Amino acid sequence: MKHFARRLKLKDNINTDYVISGRFKFAIQDPKELSIHIFEDIDPTFASRVHKGDILVAGENFGCGSSREQAPLALKQAGFYAIAAKNFARIFYRNSFNIGLMLVECNTDFIDDGDELELNIDKAKLKDISKGLVLDIAPLPYLMRTFLEDGGVIGYFKKHGGFGGEIK
Amino acid sequence: MGKTISEKILSQHAGKDLYAVDIGLCEVDFCFGQDGTSGLIIDRFKDLGVKEVFDKSKFFLFIDHSAPSPSIGVSEVHKKMRHFAKTFDIGLYDIGCGVCHQLVPQMGHITCGDLVIGADSHTCTYGALNIFSTGVGSTDLAITVASGRNWFRVPETIKVLINGSLPKGVYSKDIILHVIKDIGANGATYKAIEFYGSSISSLSVDARFTISNMAVEMGAKAGIMEADKKVLKWVSRRSKKEPRPVSADPGAKYTAVKEYDVSNLSPKVAKPHAVDNVADIEEISGLKIDQAYLGTCTNGRLEDMEIAAKIIRGKRVHPDVKFVVAPASREIYIEALKKGFMETFIEAGACVVGPGCGPCVGTHNGVLADNEVAISTANRNFKGRMGNPNSFIYLASPATVAASALKGLIADPREYKRRL
Repeated sequence: MKHFARRLKLKDNINTDYVISGRFKFAIQDPKELSIHIFEDIDPTFASRVHKGDILVAGENFGCGSSREQAPLALKQAGFYAIAAKNFARIFYRNSFNIGLMLVECNTDFIDDGDELELNIDKAKLKDISKGLVLDIAPLPYLMRTFLEDGGVIGYFKKHGGFGGEIK
Repeated sequence: MGKTISEKILSQHAGKDLYAVDIGLCEVDFCFGQDGTSGLIIDRFKDLGVKEVFDKSKFFLFIDHSAPSPSIGVSEVHKKMRHFAKTFDIGLYDIGCGVCHQLVPQMGHITCGDLVIGADSHTCTYGALNIFSTGVGSTDLAITVASGRNWFRVPETIKVLINGSLPKGVYSKDIILHVIKDIGANGATYKAIEFYGSSISSLSVDARFTISNMAVEMGAKAGIMEADKKVLKWVSRRSKKEPRPVSADPGAKYTAVKEYDVSNLSPKVAKPHAVDNVADIEEISGLKIDQAYLGTCTNGRLEDMEIAAKIIRGKRVHPDVKFVVAPASREIYIEALKKGFMETFIEAGACVVGPGCGPCVGTHNGVLADNEVAISTANRNFKGRMGNPNSFIYLASPATVAASALKGLIADPREYKRRL
């Protein structure tokens, strides 16, 4: 499956206030309505450039700051297939897999906005077709893959009747 | 093999030995949500189809982020929270009670050695009480409300030593801004920080909360301190729970050790739009401000009110400055009233608002206009944080904020050191 990269001008430390500002988060409950406002404070036209299946590409520490789950929810609702970054802030990391949004960690330095991408999770590769680059991605932990397969942690929890005694 | 404080607390709560990078399933001692995250917690809890919360004494809801409600949307969330609390017979701290990160420890819900999660990123605040506490999202919280447990990846730990006696006019806020400048916004991502040193020991528990509170601004999962006599006294006065102090083993492994001497530290200011964009007061003083804000989970405690009141007493806030004060809890508000701090602020021209998160999250009580500049005791200065992406936020200590409110400019609080 082919995807297109979407990048913001800002590369590193993109916080969840920027993903979805507090002034929308507190007042709007509907994820669809929230998704119209993603990144509005740092790039007001960004949301209108996102298409279903795109991969959001960022630098270091994506999703730092506030614990708001509305951030990954709004990104998923906006149509993003996955987010690729050098690394993710930990609350955002948990929140994303918990709601079934895939995150991949790799060197994103050479990916530009609009590049055509191909993601192969089993082989742990992200291909930048426009650049002719093949990037190694950090293997997804077993638990995160299970969450994705079950559509998030709620699905996992219901399927397994809780966490059970052990987790891998 | 020796263990860090995080490894010990998580092992104890998993019932088996865990070390950095291991993933464990742990029992949680206390969890909570606030009005920015609880709407989703309630939805996800209902999705799970569970009939009861795991333990009514270990899950609370807090209405603090937009309290009282500034809009219909928020009012609906508050109503939903109150309804849920009644239906499931759980505790709720309603408008006027205060900020969750003040109330959770103040009301005695937690003690040394506990494992705590909150659906708010500044849950790391209670590290000052020798607690492994960390922020999570709403779905994570719902899972714990249903099961009493959650999965934890055991963090690696950075040891931070802070030594030296602080000069007059310089506070724990300045220490943590100094550390954040050095470590950076991504420097402790997914790690825990253990704070030690003579400066930490000399600080009050109130002042220590400020340091642990901002650990997350470096990406840290927790910012933990040891339980000394001050902590044990503080906790015992408030909580009926038996403290279980945890220290690191001598052979514990740290990924890095950072050392700071603060004997000559200057007051610090974090400039827009990043918390690690820190300058010495000397580089930034003289910049015109439009608003000053004293409060939040970082610096809205009684000691913070006292420091600011000492500087403000008998003086007038600059006519071009809107000075907003929000005590972090009702108890602090009452104490500050009794001690005359509130009278000092009000007489000086300040606007005192109810206990809560106030203008920090940009929903009400002091949204900035285009191109306005604020100096605040909060923990985040991201673009738009105070409600307007075209405004500028500087972070500093209560003393620096109070001095700036008087001058109408970012000002060095050491000018008032005879009052401190």
